[in-house]
Amino acid sequence: MSLVSLSGVTYTYPGASGAALRDVALEVEAGEFVVVAGLSGSGKSTLVRILSGLAPHTLGGTFGGRAVVAGMDTREHGPGELAVAVGTLLQDPETQTVMGTVRAELAFPLENQGEPPGAVARGVEEVALALGIAPLLDRSTAQLSGGELQRVALGAALAGHPQLVVLDEPTSQLDPVAGDELIWLLRRLNEEWGTTVVLVEHRLERCLAAADRVLAFAGGEVAFDGAPSPFLDWALAAAPPLATPGARLFALAGLSPSPAGVKAARAALATAHLDASSGVLTTHTVVNTPLDGEVLRFKRVWHELAGGRTILRDVDLRFAPGERIALMGRNGAGKSTLLRHAKGLLEPTRGKVRVGGPVALLLQHPGDLLFADRVADELPPQALAAAGLTALRERHPRDLSGGERQRLALAVATHGAQTPAVVCLDEPTRGMDRARKADLAEEIDRLAAEGAAVLVATHDPEFAVAFADRVILLGDGIVLADGTPEEVLAGGWYFATEVARITRGAALTAEDGAQTLANIKGSDPLMRNIKGSDPLMRVVEA
Amino acid sequence: MIYARRASPLHAARPVVGVAWCAALVVAALVVDHPLVLAALLVAVVASGLAARVGDRLAGAARIAVPIGVMWLLIEPLVLRDGLTVIARLGELPPFGRLDITLEATVAGAIFGLRAVVVIMAFGLYAAAVDPDEVLRLFRRRGLRSALTVTVATRMVGVLERDARRMADGQRCRGTGEASRLAVVRTVAGGALERALDVSAALELRGYGARRPGDHRRRSPAWSRHDLAFAASAVAVIALVVLGEISGATAFEWNPRLDAAGLAEAGPLSAALLLVMLVPFLDRRGIAR
Repeated sequence: MSLVSLSGVTYTYPGASGAALRDVALEVEAGEFVVVAGLSGSGKSTLVRILSGLAPHTLGGTFGGRAVVAGMDTREHGPGELAVAVGTLLQDPETQTVMGTVRAELAFPLENQGEPPGAVARGVEEVALALGIAPLLDRSTAQLSGGELQRVALGAALAGHPQLVVLDEPTSQLDPVAGDELIWLLRRLNEEWGTTVVLVEHRLERCLAAADRVLAFAGGEVAFDGAPSPFLDWALAAAPPLATPGARLFALAGLSPSPAGVKAARAALATAHLDASSGVLTTHTVVNTPLDGEVLRFKRVWHELAGGRTILRDVDLRFAPGERIALMGRNGAGKSTLLRHAKGLLEPTRGKVRVGGPVALLLQHPGDLLFADRVADELPPQALAAAGLTALRERHPRDLSGGERQRLALAVATHGAQTPAVVCLDEPTRGMDRARKADLAEEIDRLAAEGAAVLVATHDPEFAVAFADRVILLGDGIVLADGTPEEVLAGGWYFATEVARITRGAALTAEDGAQTLANIKGSDPLMRNIKGSDPLMRVVEA
Repeated sequence: MIYARRASPLHAARPVVGVAWCAALVVAALVVDHPLVLAALLVAVVASGLAARVGDRLAGAARIAVPIGVMWLLIEPLVLRDGLTVIARLGELPPFGRLDITLEATVAGAIFGLRAVVVIMAFGLYAAAVDPDEVLRLFRRRGLRSALTVTVATRMVGVLERDARRMADGQRCRGTGEASRLAVVRTVAGGALERALDVSAALELRGYGARRPGDHRRRSPAWSRHDLAFAASAVAVIALVVLGEISGATAFEWNPRLDAAGLAEAGPLSAALLLVMLVPFLDRRGIAR
């Protein structure tokens, strides 16, 4: 019998006009590692809520069909009962911690299962060691960063050794290092403990290599169900935003089959006698000439906390009008702190921050900038029109989609008597699909064209390459690297695009990679029809 | 106002006793009208906070409680038309009409304000000194609804505090001009229900409230001397309040004319309340200094 069996499942959220899932039928066998792909609103998160029992028990709504998880019919068994067999990790870690300390948080599910104290203590230690959070055990959950909270919430989901783990974009708040670690930890659990994994992810290039199977959702229905490589072939033809950079590289270079990961791609290139590292670095084609002058200057800035912890150490940076800068680094490297200094929300402990005009800052949670009950009350009509939000003027900001809310918040942040000289965006692509990232990249282009220096803190190297002409890598409050995307993102391992990893730094994007391979082969890249349909390729087309 | 583990007799008491002791304090403040008794309860809360080494956390609660108490003190004389001793004639004042401030209405405002301060500070003491994780465990088998109520009463304080801090930053990031502080409070309060639902979902996903066959019940340890002392203190507080109400010692006549002569009559009861609340803190054996 399958561990998960869905037949004819249709689910509609309370008050929604249409079904989020329509007539879904699928089976997941014990021990499978399944990646769930799809654009925003395709029904991926709803699947997680159904497998965990939240829909319909906690969320309400209308549920049709039958879902059986670990032998329990979800119509009869709520999340509390399903928790014995299902560990769940939702998108926002801040709402998933219920206890005061990390140790108590990890012990909580085991205690709820009625485990004796000895088994609880052992379970806590084991899961803490497996996730590398043992040093956090006695910390208060209120003091943890987003990335730390995510790992603790994952620990709580895994502590009870569930048969099935369902995760909704667990890497969205993690830096590339922590994200990769988490995916491979899941793979290890899958292989060593036999835990079945259902993982919803937008950044597929991170996780396809670990997957046995991919389910792609579109419009609430299963659009594809199969192995990772055939999925990529399907995506290139039917849903280009879901294709990974590696798959696009292969398609453009006329290679097949589509590689599910860096290892498979390199093996295929070796078989085809294409050693990309022998090629000359092909630059990507973001064309931007920053204007003369200086709109923001960090002059030997230090930021120290009362307890003695240092967040920024002697940061010395200048920014020119029209520059597009990606600020990268691990969780806790100081990216958000730097942006807050630019806005003036923080005062440096030492050093100076000088700005040449108004600074706009879009915080990580766009909703934190919105206080009115109607969209129309947030901005004057002409500003709403400029942001393309006039049609939504009567809606409550809380009822907007993630992308719409972000657009409104950005318009609120940048609106004012004067055009902002600097626009800072703090991790704006969390939970975004590639299509929405492309919209955001266009917005960044527009702001830069108006003369603003645009600083974007991001964990997403693919997005950084798509918009930035300068990349700053922070580590422990120190500027580790500051240069063009080619200089910073080509040679690294974690802070590198998938194509850079495949080509060993010879190219950053699929298009440049294909050109590099074509140069080696002495032929033109095929540049098949997929090029025009990749949303993040707009820069190349320009 | 987030819980912090400290070495104190109140922290050492089991959570059910800590909850009961704080609840007795709140009940006493809600039942009694006598200003002297309320003042004694306030002294007891502050002294308990200091003895429990959570004075810093209690100061946070005071920052919320005192403005509310003062607001009550200022508004009550304007809206309460009771009392015969006029201390100020303000004439016609829209929207109140003819306004005479009476001594009795002012005293009533002081009593309500004082009560509000005691109740809020008692909740602050509870949040700072009673482990919310243990309280959550206490309600494990009482079902999800009761757990949610308890969680909202404790865990949500921290969650909403964080939301408020983030939104205060968001307010400063608006190019359209800062939203009012009231708008921030309204937005945080408006999101509280959603946050409570998130917490409820998280509890369910961790298996909270689901009864399992063969549950291992943790054997409760024997009651410690701190458990016994605070439980006895809670019972004594309620007994003294009941006794005061029956005997009339806690009665306080302020309408139509203030009877100041009766103020001192509650002196012994106030002293007794203060004593029974603070005595459990005297036993510091086994608590590192």
